[in-house]
Amino acid sequence: MTGVAEPRLSEGGTTRVTAAPHPRARLPYPLVLALLGALVLVAATAGIAAGSVRISPGQVWGILLHQVHPALADPVWSPVRETIVMDVRLPRVLLCAAVGAGLSVCGMVLQAVVRNPLADPMLLGVSSGAMVGAVLLVVFPVAWFGLFSLPLAAFGGALLALVLVYFLARSGGRMTTVRLVLAGVATAEVLTAVASYLVITSDDPRAAESALRWMLGGLAGTTWTLLWIPAAVVLAGTAALLGLSRPLNLLLAGEEAAAALGLDVHRFRAALFVLVALMIGAIVAVSGSIGFVGLIMPHAVRLLVGADHRRALPAAALLGAGFLIVADLAARTLISPEEIPVGILTALVGGPFFLFLMRRRAAR
Amino acid sequence: MTAPLAGTLQAERVTVVIDGRPLLEAVSLAAAPAEIVGLVGPNGAGKSTLLRTLYRARRPTSGRVLLDGEDIWRMPGRRLARRLAAVLQETPGDFELTVYDVVAMGRTPHKRAFQGDDAADREIIVGSLAELEAAHLVGAPFDRLSGGEKQRVLIARALAQRTGVLVLDEPTNHLDLRHQIDALRLVRRLGVTTVVALHDLNLAASFCDRLHVLNAGRTVVSGPPGDVLTPQLLADVYRVDAEVVEHPRSGHPQITVLPDSNPEKWRADDLDFA
Repeated sequence: MTGVAEPRLSEGGTTRVTAAPHPRARLPYPLVLALLGALVLVAATAGIAAGSVRISPGQVWGILLHQVHPALADPVWSPVRETIVMDVRLPRVLLCAAVGAGLSVCGMVLQAVVRNPLADPMLLGVSSGAMVGAVLLVVFPVAWFGLFSLPLAAFGGALLALVLVYFLARSGGRMTTVRLVLAGVATAEVLTAVASYLVITSDDPRAAESALRWMLGGLAGTTWTLLWIPAAVVLAGTAALLGLSRPLNLLLAGEEAAAALGLDVHRFRAALFVLVALMIGAIVAVSGSIGFVGLIMPHAVRLLVGADHRRALPAAALLGAGFLIVADLAARTLISPEEIPVGILTALVGGPFFLFLMRRRAAR
Repeated sequence: MTAPLAGTLQAERVTVVIDGRPLLEAVSLAAAPAEIVGLVGPNGAGKSTLLRTLYRARRPTSGRVLLDGEDIWRMPGRRLARRLAAVLQETPGDFELTVYDVVAMGRTPHKRAFQGDDAADREIIVGSLAELEAAHLVGAPFDRLSGGEKQRVLIARALAQRTGVLVLDEPTNHLDLRHQIDALRLVRRLGVTTVVALHDLNLAASFCDRLHVLNAGRTVVSGPPGDVLTPQLLADVYRVDAEVVEHPRSGHPQITVLPDSNPEKWRADDLDFA
């Protein structure tokens, strides 16, 4: 049969294939990645340079390169400065990068799972769940897993909260934005209340101290020992998610369409829940609840490179890392010598952004 | 483009019970290679439920679905998706997906983790869109397409899966007359086994080799359109008084509903005016 549409393929098909499949005005993807990478490096340099003792960016890199190989830079700085860079500021900047990248990536994944661009680890109560897990461990200390006890407790809390919110929002029909946000906020409130109660009734003054840090969200006093667990979990988690980016795309098509495209939706979602809870658990255990990073970064990234997770996830990780380094820099320097918990800053920026998104969606 | 091998799709006494309510009761259906089977019936007859069991979105409570003799519920989803594609009513929304992104999803069953789209994939993606006269939309944001354009993109996604069997749930919804005809003509030209739910009985009569009529979760009759579409069936199943004539030029049965007879038999929920 000579179909109406048939000749078109041979005419334009092959020539159009070579043309960019994304005519919408966007920067080339490698350039975006390079720019985001540069942003992270610049932010990190500034983050290490700034503080009560100012260190020039050149000296920052001198100290870092000297550590990599002594021949790369001559030590013209005092040992105190080297200690400040190596033991105080570098671990903190690296932790900011890991936490920011992890929150941003988790936000993007949660948005795909619930098919709603208004999801965020804090808005969905996942961070509060992790916090309750962490507080429980401080109040009733068990050290079965050594250094891993705290992140594991936070992971357990995060997973429980995530599953709870997901099924609350889904029960009795379609998961609308309103149901999702209400379920998340209510769960977060209850869990935060549980954490507060545990802290107040506890005799241990250390409990109150660490709980306050978790609730406000902050990265003060970061050391190398705090860094390596969240950094490793975020790196491994992001790598795993990159391998899952095609099925993540299918989730955007809807549950049935994803099933028809060969995805075992239930199993995949369960795996994502565990992965996200692991990452959020590891993050919250060191930084507490830092909100809205996971909401804002994915949006910005989708505007830059589109929604395809194969392209969006790496960009989200880089942008999240750069953003949180800058936010933490502001948190330390705005009212120095005092420090603002960085979670307060991200909420000040993120809250209005969230409302703006809600309005825009309602308008459509 | 090499045509995929058309398969045989069979539903064997498929029963679906949800919350104690039977939606399908022992429905059997068979589509031979390259056959186009139209699934028709009033709203709530169980058409979508039956299709769901075919594209592996709902497991039958009892009964089996066989693709070339193999139980689809015993094979990995990916393997099925390489041999059977579906066009559903569900559309992706709210994210900044381009038309290219949406059609590229159709390549997923053929790909491993970390494997990118190669030139052949891109050719299939753009080629599938071109088949639906939608190649010019390739970079457009999917969100902002019209209903008809979205529908064509979703059909292109199923084509990009390069399967020998298609399951289509109301693929002509939202399409204007010419695009309805074009879409069904394309399906016929592809030469793949097709099970398609259609509301428009005249359209179904002109394009399907066989019609399978469902009502209240049961098979009423199955056969060539000329045998199936009788005034008696339309009265029993759709509760309308209709005349069926053979069209003088096409030879297909054509239905004309007579509007002002037996109005008391009409029930609003059984009719679809859309």
